[in-house]
Amino acid sequence: MHDIATSFINLDAITILYLFGVGFVGGLVSGFIGSGGAFVLTPGMMSLGVPGLMAVASNMCHKFPKALVGAMKRFKYGQVDVKLGIVLGVSAEAGVLYGAGIQEKIKATFGDAGSNLYVSVAFVVILATVGGFVLYDAWKTYKSGNANTEEKAGKLAKWVQSVNIPGTMVYFKALNARVSILFTIPLGFATGMMAATIAVGGFVGVPSMIYVLGAPSLMASATELVIAFVMGLGGSLKYAMHGMVDIRLAMIILAGSLFGIQLGAIGTTYVKPFMIKVVMGVIMVIVLFSRGLMVPVYLSQLQLIDTLGEGTVKLLKTSSFAIMIFALLLGAFIVLRAMWQGRQAERLQQAAGALEHGEV
Amino acid sequence: MAANSTKKKPVGKMLVMGLISLALYAYLLANQDQVNSTFAKGGWYALLPIIVAFVFSYVHGSFTGDFWTVLGVEAARKKKEVK
Repeated sequence: MHDIATSFINLDAITILYLFGVGFVGGLVSGFIGSGGAFVLTPGMMSLGVPGLMAVASNMCHKFPKALVGAMKRFKYGQVDVKLGIVLGVSAEAGVLYGAGIQEKIKATFGDAGSNLYVSVAFVVILATVGGFVLYDAWKTYKSGNANTEEKAGKLAKWVQSVNIPGTMVYFKALNARVSILFTIPLGFATGMMAATIAVGGFVGVPSMIYVLGAPSLMASATELVIAFVMGLGGSLKYAMHGMVDIRLAMIILAGSLFGIQLGAIGTTYVKPFMIKVVMGVIMVIVLFSRGLMVPVYLSQLQLIDTLGEGTVKLLKTSSFAIMIFALLLGAFIVLRAMWQGRQAERLQQAAGALEHGEV
Repeated sequence: MAANSTKKKPVGKMLVMGLISLALYAYLLANQDQVNSTFAKGGWYALLPIIVAFVFSYVHGSFTGDFWTVLGVEAARKKKEVK
């Protein structure tokens, strides 16, 4: 419980507009790639003075209702594998509980600065490794000229699909194959742990569905919304039991993100599948620099390095904030641009079809 | 996008849900101190933020969905079939 009551920040009009705006862009990205709003929302809240743990908890409490709305929307487009989402989501739940336990211990031992440092370092490590790989893969697809062709399962995924462990095999629509749940359980657990730690489980969940299980990008990103709902609900309950959710922040972000997630979900019906990877990779790689800049600040607060001057701290915080905003806007720009291009292409096709049938 | 001009747009439903959503937000912000102190109690009070989240998502989700439909922003006509 700690000193939660004193941790609530004051909300003014600018803060509300900021949360709404970040929520909208975060929702837009989430609707498109299945996750991702959190990686800007959590630090976004932290930049307002919200303690790291409360930022994670409040983000999670906006995430599950948002994911529910997004999953229902994308289900209508035939992109969701509910069974895979629930199977991964349940094991992710265990990961969330475990991750939340670690977070609580860190906060109790090292305080807010320790908790913030842990979240930031986890951000940097995950974003660098997974984000770098996703971006590289998207670049390879783009250069190969295969962007229009149907995605195929990679070598690892083919091997995973070929392993037959009697009594554990389950058929998943997204994979069009039977896979042992002994593979899905650790993937779900890792997704959940990441969600509880940095609130962006999707950055493990979506790539693992694509590269380890062999799901197409569109299906993986849509199914991630089911996982996000399942673990977000459980995680929110867990945090709320300790009074850590700031419902005002969660609902204001939800206000913006529900506008965004509907738009992002619609956008997926217009784009080539590899665009999911492009958006995910680009944002992850840029945001890691944003969080990386904050690491020395928290190290200094914990007195693990020499105390940084006030000017240096301010410069690092401002730069971190600016880079995060850039990542946000760039992600939104790519989504909207891809959507616009897809829409134009569809209009041209319709016009050509109409001409062909002598309707014009 | 590619709005279907023959389909009736849900303007009335959007307005009703929009107003309810606005009222919910106004109530939350007007009573934020009381809400914060209650929700921070934890324990069984943990159900309150969950219930609030579901209610807001239903009302506001319905409004935002209709909002884009009314603006003519809809999914591509030819749905992407994945696999």
